[in-house]
Amino acid sequence: MATGTADTTIGAARAASPTTQRVQATLARRRAAETRFRLIGLSAVILGIGLVALLFASILSRGLPAFWQATLTLEVYIDPEIVDVSPAPDAAAFDSQAAYEEAFLGWQTELARTNWGRVLRNALLAYLPPEAAESGRAVEGLIASNERFELRALIQEDPGLIGETITFQGLADANIDVWVKGNIDRSLPDDRLPLTSDQRAWVEILLEQGVLTQEFASSLLFNVDSRSSPASAGLAGAFVGSLFMMLIVIVLSVPIGVAAAIYLEEFAPRNRFTDLIEVNINNLAAVPSIVFGLLGAAVFINWFRLPLSAPLVGGLVLTLMTLPTVIIATRSTLRAIPPSIRQAAIGLGASRVQTVAHHVLPLAVPGILTGAIIGVAQALGETAPLLLIGMSAFVAQVPASPMDASTALPVQIYLWQGNELRNFFEARTSAAIIVLLALLLSLNTIAIILRKRFEKRW
Amino acid sequence: MSAQAEPKQPPSSPVETGTAMTDLTKPVVAADGAGAPSAQPHGANRVEPKVTTTDVKVFYGSSEALHGIQTEIPANQVTALIGPSGCGKSTFLRCLNRMNDTIEGARVTGKILMDGEDIYDKSLDVVLLRARVGMVFQKPNPFPKSIFENIAYGPRIHGLAKSKGELADIVERSLKRAGLWDEVKDRLKEPGTGLSGGQQQRLCIARAIAVSPEVILMDEPCSALDPIATARIEELIDELRRNYTIVIVTHSMQQAARVSQKTCFFHLGDLVEEGDTDQIFTNPRDKRTQDYITGRFG
Ligand SMILES: Nc1ncnc2c1ncn2[C@@H]1O[C@H](COP(=O)(O)OP(=O)(O)O)[C@@H](O)[C@H]1O
Ligand SMILES: [Mg+2]
Repeated sequence: MATGTADTTIGAARAASPTTQRVQATLARRRAAETRFRLIGLSAVILGIGLVALLFASILSRGLPAFWQATLTLEVYIDPEIVDVSPAPDAAAFDSQAAYEEAFLGWQTELARTNWGRVLRNALLAYLPPEAAESGRAVEGLIASNERFELRALIQEDPGLIGETITFQGLADANIDVWVKGNIDRSLPDDRLPLTSDQRAWVEILLEQGVLTQEFASSLLFNVDSRSSPASAGLAGAFVGSLFMMLIVIVLSVPIGVAAAIYLEEFAPRNRFTDLIEVNINNLAAVPSIVFGLLGAAVFINWFRLPLSAPLVGGLVLTLMTLPTVIIATRSTLRAIPPSIRQAAIGLGASRVQTVAHHVLPLAVPGILTGAIIGVAQALGETAPLLLIGMSAFVAQVPASPMDASTALPVQIYLWQGNELRNFFEARTSAAIIVLLALLLSLNTIAIILRKRFEKRW
Repeated sequence: MSAQAEPKQPPSSPVETGTAMTDLTKPVVAADGAGAPSAQPHGANRVEPKVTTTDVKVFYGSSEALHGIQTEIPANQVTALIGPSGCGKSTFLRCLNRMNDTIEGARVTGKILMDGEDIYDKSLDVVLLRARVGMVFQKPNPFPKSIFENIAYGPRIHGLAKSKGELADIVERSLKRAGLWDEVKDRLKEPGTGLSGGQQQRLCIARAIAVSPEVILMDEPCSALDPIATARIEELIDELRRNYTIVIVTHSMQQAARVSQKTCFFHLGDLVEEGDTDQIFTNPRDKRTQDYITGRFG
């Protein structure tokens, strides 16, 4: 009975308030809309995370194996019969520096003429059945061709090793690596396999003896690109090239961009002219990057006569590309800083510059950093404009300065992706992507750390 | 220089010497005018004007927000500006330290004299003016820095302290004068934004005082505060009046009546009526003033 009365009271109240009734009628619909929106948002996030995870998984699974590479650990006898060179010249024995240098050059030439391939072949033969000696070329083909020069460099460093037996670690040929990793279909007919049947048999023997192992491929990180010896192709040149460009982009685009943003946001009067600048900056951010490449080729190379393929030019082009990003990010950060802070400073008699320098900028640093890092990260991953200024050239040297010819990480990825030794370079391309991503991630980490440091929210 | 850092005048000296010099012939009357009989009903407030405005108009773009304001701000008194929202009180206040200069499209015409000197004169440095005319805003706006830094900033940029010790003295004195010292003396290194609203506003007042201004402008300084914090600020204003000329915008009639000696009533960009606070509140001459203070509109 008591509940009955309560019900009637509520019912009466409802009847008395048509507003309540109407609102209640809409409630279910509103709640449904809210649930729907939340679900859509959640699924978008899950989809995004899923795709990123898939991307990372596929790159890691393909690229990580490339960091371990088929390597031969050989006992190499530096046969004085083959390495038949005069003793290394001693600087003390010469009257002048010039004379010594000449003698040293002669000695180097002698070393270069030496058949190092035969030294390595003999070392390999020690592990192989005697009949292998008959097909010497095939035996030599087991080891990456670059290793001859490594051995030579070793002996040049320490000529005392001639006549000794040393333990030498060298990369196996790229095809061996692919074969060992099982990335070649073994059921293919003989003439389509990159390795002869002898070589395949020898590989098994070397594997059994523990001479052929998978070792960490430091060459991938510390070698430059190589065509003659794909197994020892590395990223060092591209990495340093990218680093130079990154430095140039940071050094140029951050100060210029921040200064431009501060001027536009804090000092410039609002008029047609500044409106025009604003529109242009926004448009510039939307210009396809390849257009900046064309501009760079026309202005920096044809006009200013800067060298082709140089990180300096690449850095300048990427700076042009990054500037709008930095300016836009900085401006929106400045706009988000409460005007009351500026009023307080100006009310105390601070000049505009003082107001900005003492109060606005310190608060804006975290946002500016974020914008700058996003811009630099974008620039770091850019390929198209670099192709147009000649940074896709094959460069077998680590650039010593931003004026030297060089390539960049993303361009190196592009070049390797197109290499005819597909089986081998597929993994290496992914490995290069991993290095690029690692660089970007560390850049982001630095940004976050800096941000946390400056973000002293009071 | 150090003299500038000193508080203006001891309370015993009746009027500022600066203004008295300009017009020695006028009789000097004590600011509180206690017991000074006068034939005029508002005689108690016949004090040297600190600021005189003549036909001040302010335009925002093409719209005129103030239509020729003519008034005097008496020295060492509290002048209250009252009136309904949007009538131009803040606009007028901003004319006095040229904060309108920072507003895009704002234009000020007419004459504003401070101690007989045109503050809109080309040769006058606006930075110097703002050091002489401090401002306290509606919403407390301490810098996101330490309490010490908040107070020290003004003296530092104006070079008012020669040494660290002197700067610390200025900070201490300013905080004491703003009645905040006892509450914050042990936490000067803590952020100013961590204080309560009332404390923050007193911090802002202390910050304004630290550069030893002659005039302090306050734009509804208590509107964001609770009644207790408001009462503290009102007390403070009453004390500060001895050393500073104060102009305060307020929406509270009671507050105007409590703290001010002179009241100006603004309406739709016009200065409708001005006079002794007592007179305005007890015996307004204009119908609109009457309606406003009796709460018929606002
Ligand atoms: N920055 C501004 N830009 C344009 N118009 C303004 C600006 N500030 C104030 N106004 C206008 O000027 C008039 C007076 O405003 P204000 O001085 O803020 O009034 P009050 O402080 O008395 O409420 C209002 O009509 C307002 O719309
Ligand atoms: Mg106002």
